[in-house]
Parts: sequence; C-alpha cells; structure tokens
Amino acid sequence: MTWRWSATTTPGTSHKERTMKICLNNKEVSMAGESLSVRELLTVMKFTFPMIIIKINGRLVKKEDYERVFIGDGDQVEAIHLISGG
Amino acid sequence: MKSKLEKLKGSCIGIAGCGGLGSNCAMALARAGVGSLVIVDFDVVTLENLDRQYYFLDQVGQKKVLALRENIRKVNPDIDVQAHDVRLGPDNVVDIFKNCTLIVEAFDRADMKLMIIETVTERFPDKFIIAASGLAGYGQNNALRTRRLGSLFLIGDETSEVSAELPPLAPRVGIVAAMQANQALEIILDDLALVGDDDAWDES
Repeated sequence: MTWRWSATTTPGTSHKERTMKICLNNKEVSMAGESLSVRELLTVMKFTFPMIIIKINGRLVKKEDYERVFIGDGDQVEAIHLISGG
Repeated sequence: MKSKLEKLKGSCIGIAGCGGLGSNCAMALARAGVGSLVIVDFDVVTLENLDRQYYFLDQVGQKKVLALRENIRKVNPDIDVQAHDVRLGPDNVVDIFKNCTLIVEAFDRADMKLMIIETVTERFPDKFIIAASGLAGYGQNNALRTRRLGSLFLIGDETSEVSAELPPLAPRVGIVAAMQANQALEIILDDLALVGDDDAWDES
C-alpha cells in the first residue's frame, strides 16, 4: 500500500509474466505486470469519461499526473467519473 | 440550540458557481443561519436560467453574484456576503476561499468540477469540499445520494448527464443543492473530522 512515483518503480510494460491484484472501486481486480500508470489503468479498464476523480490509497491523483503515478499490487484505487450539470 | 445557531453564524461557506446548484444552495444556507458566504461566478442571469436558478425576471441581465447577494439580503440583511464576479481557476481559488470553513462545488461543467476538487484537495487539506455529480432529468428521488471520500463529499446519482433529452430541471437540481447545504450544516454543527470519519464505500 505505497504511493509509487515513476522514478522508483518499473513501468507495467516489463515483467509481463507477473500479475498484481488491486482493489478498484471496492472490487478485486487482477492484472498482468507489477505496476501500471493511472493512464494505463484507465485505458485497460475502458474508463472513457474525460473527467474522473482518481484516488490511490485515499490520495487524490491530479489529471496532469496520470502518466507518472503508478499503481501496484495491493493498492486501493477509486475511480469516479464526474458528470456535467448544475 | 442557541450554541448551534452561534456556530452557524460564525461559519463562512464558499460557493463556487452561482447557477442552479449555487444559487439554491446559497439561499438554503442563508435561511439556515450561516453568517458569511463567499459567492463566485462570472456570468449574468438569463431568461433560460429562471427554470431552476434562484433569480427573478427583473434580474435578467444582472451579474449573478450581485443578483444573488440582493436575494440573500432580502431574506437576511445581516449575512456577510462576499461577491466575486470572476472566473475561478487554479490560480485564484486559494485566495478567494482561504477564509472559508468549507467549499461547495456548484459548477455546471465536469472539467470545472474536477479543477476545483483537485485544487481544494491539494491546497486546502484542512477544508471539506462538497461536490455534485449527476442531477439531470426528473424522478428517481432515491438515486440521489451522498458519499464521502476523505475530505470530498460527492452528491448526486453519478449517472444522469445533462443533454437535450435530459435537461437539468428545478426539482432535482434543487434537491441536490439542498443536500449540499444540508451536508455543509452537518460538517459545521457536528464538527466532522477530516480524518477518521471516512465512510467512503460503506453504503455500496
């Protein structure tokens, strides 16, 4: 359950033989690799809404950081899309 | 009860956007007894706004923040209303809302909602933000709900996006605005703590 920045982790493109389990919106999800960026997660999970609140282990990840913040085994991720209207 | 009223009187609530959510939420907070409001919007009142926003025919063409301040003062002239006729962005959010107890997100566009949630979470770790997402259309009262993620409260059905077929209508917008105001009262009157009270996924 740690906060991973790209400088200290291996991107998800290597170690394909490994798998990781994360908790995404309160459901356990298994994926290949040992880590992936927030951007990669959104692509893999087909989260196509343009505006999404992302929290990793309770900490908010800003949209501008989606490429450089990585998610790893055991992380708890919340992804909530924001809808226009008010 | 007197001490609770005093507590409300001593609180300051920031309202980001004075459209359907912001105008109705501000009026509810004013009537409930909140002492200070910081209201922010750059827009003017149009005829179309009257379908759900707390303005009147004779206010069409006026700046929203000035019209809303006038309406609040008609209810209670003692409330301190700070009106900012400006477009909010990451650069001015901190300065405008720095003295507020908490902030209500009342924008229309999703990108603006994300902007203020990101900015408040990052720059004001000691403040709650009450946002709204999913309120278009009519009916489905019980789909409107509140959930908490740390310092963020998110209110709405999280699915109903505004479109030509699904316009924002007065009842549902008003309900969500009132829920935002109601959440603000709970935070202030019950002294909700920023850490430890997180019940993010308890209800799902």
